[in-house]
Amino acid sequence: MDKKIHPTPMLDVLEEGPWPSFISGFKRMRDQHPEKRINEMANSLLGQLEHSYETRKGYWKGGTVSVFGYGGGIIPRFSEVGNAFPESKEFHTLRVQPPAGNYYSTAMLNQLADSWEKYGSGMVTFHGQTGNIMFIGTTTEGTQHFFDEINEYGWDLGGAGPCVRTAMSCVGAARCEQSCANEHAIQRHLVNTFTDDVHRPALPYKFKFKVSGCPNDCQNAIERSDFAVIGTWRDDMVIDQAEVKAFIEAKGRDYIIDNVTSRCPTNCITLNDDDTLTVDNHNCVRCMHCLNVMTKALTPGDDRGVTILIGGKRTLKIGDLMGTVIVPFMKLETAEDYEKLVELGSEVIDFFAENALEHERTGEMIERIGLVNFLEGVGVEVDPNMISSPRQSSYVRMDGWDEEAEKWFERQAEKAAS
Amino acid sequence: MALEDMRPPIESGCPDGFQYMHPGMRKNYGQWKFHEHPRPGVLRHVAHSGDEIWTVKAGTQRILDVYSLRKLTEIGDKFGDGYVRFTIRSNIEYMVSDEAKVQPLIDALGEAGFIVGGTANSVAMISHTQGWLHCDIPGTDASGVVKAMMDELIDEFTNCNMPNRVHLTTSCCQINCGGQGDIAINVQHTKPPKINHDLVANVCERPTVVARCPVAAIRPAMVNGKPSLEVDEKKCICCGACFPPCPPMMINDAEHSKLAIWVGGNHSNARGKPTFQKLVAAGIPNNPPRWPEATAIVKRILKEYKAGAKDWERINDWIERIGWPRFFEVTGLPFTKYHIDNWRGSRNSLNASTHIRF
Repeated sequence: MDKKIHPTPMLDVLEEGPWPSFISGFKRMRDQHPEKRINEMANSLLGQLEHSYETRKGYWKGGTVSVFGYGGGIIPRFSEVGNAFPESKEFHTLRVQPPAGNYYSTAMLNQLADSWEKYGSGMVTFHGQTGNIMFIGTTTEGTQHFFDEINEYGWDLGGAGPCVRTAMSCVGAARCEQSCANEHAIQRHLVNTFTDDVHRPALPYKFKFKVSGCPNDCQNAIERSDFAVIGTWRDDMVIDQAEVKAFIEAKGRDYIIDNVTSRCPTNCITLNDDDTLTVDNHNCVRCMHCLNVMTKALTPGDDRGVTILIGGKRTLKIGDLMGTVIVPFMKLETAEDYEKLVELGSEVIDFFAENALEHERTGEMIERIGLVNFLEGVGVEVDPNMISSPRQSSYVRMDGWDEEAEKWFERQAEKAAS
Repeated sequence: MALEDMRPPIESGCPDGFQYMHPGMRKNYGQWKFHEHPRPGVLRHVAHSGDEIWTVKAGTQRILDVYSLRKLTEIGDKFGDGYVRFTIRSNIEYMVSDEAKVQPLIDALGEAGFIVGGTANSVAMISHTQGWLHCDIPGTDASGVVKAMMDELIDEFTNCNMPNRVHLTTSCCQINCGGQGDIAINVQHTKPPKINHDLVANVCERPTVVARCPVAAIRPAMVNGKPSLEVDEKKCICCGACFPPCPPMMINDAEHSKLAIWVGGNHSNARGKPTFQKLVAAGIPNNPPRWPEATAIVKRILKEYKAGAKDWERINDWIERIGWPRFFEVTGLPFTKYHIDNWRGSRNSLNASTHIRF
């Protein structure tokens, strides 16, 4: 590197201590990388970051950068202090969609590293909060070259801006006995149906799909996604009574009383005198607690499917919202089942596109128009699983009661007949 | 480059992950029987077929330079089976089918400076955002806060002996991209935006900015003969939502952008329904490079949680059992008027009963 090294007294402090230091990583790029483009960029970036630490302010501004054919997928960053730190004055991030569950072979990671070194800063995060691989730091020209190269071997950009965003799934059926769903298939069926909406931002605001294989919701789907798909089951939990006995032998009866039976939110699990467990499956809400404690003895049932919740999001603008149950249970086995899932996704996105205000998330739209109007808009019937409790206020006009009650009885009769 | 020379994209979307998956996981997909946690940082999954997958989890600096990334892949090739994944909290996981590979993997990761742990009842890696390194609207850094805190919490990451898992998150503005956490460390602005009226007309789409305000405190105005915006400072909640669509409404302030700490966010349905985090501490200085004041409060809360919670209680479960007055008592944190919610639905957070612990 020909350039003078920017001093970084504050950042240097972050090289101390046992946790791996990102600053040491940046410095390796600055001090050891043979290519001038990269080592000067790292030096410049460190200089700007030190400046932020000293003044306690950020110095990046957005802009408009995309690759040919797309309208999004890049987070453009232009420095406001580019005169002082010119080699990193353009420092854009490419958002790249990972496979569901974030699996990689080391060979593929190396290939991505090679491409990124050719066109970018050499700095990368697995993954950002939306779930993308974040290739951090390249010029406008670099974004196109890098994308062209990795797109040829199977990688595509994710969403940025008001569009369908990159989806996320938990580790899932690939390694978890609690998984009740094929997270891979769900994620790819959903998000790959809407690639046009991913690449060309034209929705009122962002729209996220997230998939968790069981109600532990390791993917934070209920609180972070507009369309949460959560694996569950509707038959009886599987109990291996021999393993129950082994568990009690190892841990003691008090442990199982304190940590399993008394923690059940619906009091539906009972320890019997003969050291077996009985579960009132009809009253079990599939919370997962007892299965988490007794991983060998208890497993989900065989009649598996998913629950779908709509409208979760973070703070902006009306405050945090959890998703609401829209589909209490849905089988996902046949191609037709998956078609139904994708159809529901289309209905929800279409309704959102037509009815949400600018910069309004799905959950906020539902809050504004009421759940019933949303359900009618997407063609889903009401269900008591959608609520925590019925209405408390008597201020409501109900002159359609008889017709609505009749619809309920008709649906119940249809269900009984099928 | 001429338009006809531009390469049209292949819109392949989310790739098929099976091609990158460990063969043992491909083979036993959906056929797992149980898992165990033999030691911190290690998981053993057993399939109905009898096959096993051993996982070694390690914390990293999250923003990886290619040297660190290649070190991680080299370890995977030399000591693992060449297959990895990343968790939602940016830990790397190595999957191997042979138990004999576990200890050499742990040793190699340790030697290279990565931290094995983060499983089960640990303080997990802090899930974080971009901060000063890359965000256009950050009130603080993210990677630096996380590095400084993980240096202090490393024993809780490697030992896994908390009552239940603890998820930490940070967010560098009030949009809170970091998400819900058992403990969340978030920027909290305390003063209304300072407006550069010379720039507003050229930079900002004024109706969009007006619409973005959660409390309708912004209105169009002529200032010094130029079309601009003004803020009703009595109404303003200092959230910074106007700053992204209108950068001349500068919300970030070296002194008045503080940190706040929230607890009890829990995404799981286990035991109770998922919960949102609640405010417990604010006014914490945004103090780079190591943010010692914020770390001290996090450690104080963790100490009381570890001492007071029963097995399997997450932070929200623990506080629900002991009550909020006791939480403030044991942690020594001040309870103020700012803890009482006044946002929509706030009545639900008030105590309409005689349930009081003495």
